[in-house]
Amino acid sequence: MPNLDASFSALADPTRRTILARLALGEATVRELAEPFEMTQPAISQHLKVLEKAGLILRRVDGTRRPRRLAKEGIEAMDQWLATLRKALEKNYNRLDEVLAAMEPEKGRKTR
Amino acid sequence: MSKMILTTEGDKHILVTRRFAASPEAVYRAHTEPQLVQKWLLGPEGWTMPVCVTDAQPGGKIRYEWTDGKGRGFHVTGEYLELEPYSRIVHVERMHLPDPTPDNHVETRFDPDGTGTLMTMRMTLPDSQTRAAMLATGMEHGMEASYARLEKII
Repeated sequence: MPNLDASFSALADPTRRTILARLALGEATVRELAEPFEMTQPAISQHLKVLEKAGLILRRVDGTRRPRRLAKEGIEAMDQWLATLRKALEKNYNRLDEVLAAMEPEKGRKTR
Repeated sequence: MSKMILTTEGDKHILVTRRFAASPEAVYRAHTEPQLVQKWLLGPEGWTMPVCVTDAQPGGKIRYEWTDGKGRGFHVTGEYLELEPYSRIVHVERMHLPDPTPDNHVETRFDPDGTGTLMTMRMTLPDSQTRAAMLATGMEHGMEASYARLEKII
C-alpha cells in the first residue's frame, strides 16, 4: 500500500509534477527527463528518488540505462483518495441544499 | 443543479465556491447552528456527527466529532476569529487523525446572488506541502471539467 502522505508531499514541487506529466506520456531516461529543465542530471535524480520513495514511479534496468515509468498503483491510490474527498464535499453541499429548503418553506412567496 | 467549484490560488490557498437557493442568513445559520450543521456536514454515506460544538463568537470553540458507527471516527477542533452575521466567518481548524494536522485558516463569505447565495470559502494552509496533502493533479483535472461544464451552462 503506497504511503499517501509521501505521495502528496512529493507532488508539492513543480519540477516533480512536470516529471510526472512527462512520464504520463511513457517511459523516459534520466537524460530525457532532465532535458526541459535548466538542471543537472544529479539534481533531477534527486527528484526521481523522492518520486520513487513516494511510490509514484518505478525504475527498470536496461543495460546501463535506468528508464523510469509511472507506478500505476501509487497514482491510483492517490486518485481514489481525492475522488473520495471531493465526493464527500459535494455530498455535504447537496445535503445542505435540503437543509436550506426545509428552513425556508416560505421561499417563492417572496418574489417581487 | 449548482456545481461546487474547487480551485487553488498561489502556493497556500484553496478556494471552494458553491451557490445555494436560500438567503445568506439561512446559509450562514446552517454553518453556525449545531442542530443544522449536524444535518449536512457529514462526509461519506453512513457517517454521523454525534458531537457538534459551535460557540459562534470571536475566540469561541469549534468541535466536530464524526463516527461511522462501526468504531471508526475522527474529530476536528478549531476557534472562531471573526463573525459578521450573515456575511462572513473566519475560523481556524485542524483535524485529529489522531495527531493534529497543521492549522487550516478558513474565511467563508456569503454574498447575495440573485434570490440565492454565493458561498466562497478561502482556505489558507501553512505551506505548499500541506496544501499538496489536500490536493493533487487529479483534483485539478476535476476542476477543469467543472469549469468546462459551467461555461456550457453560461
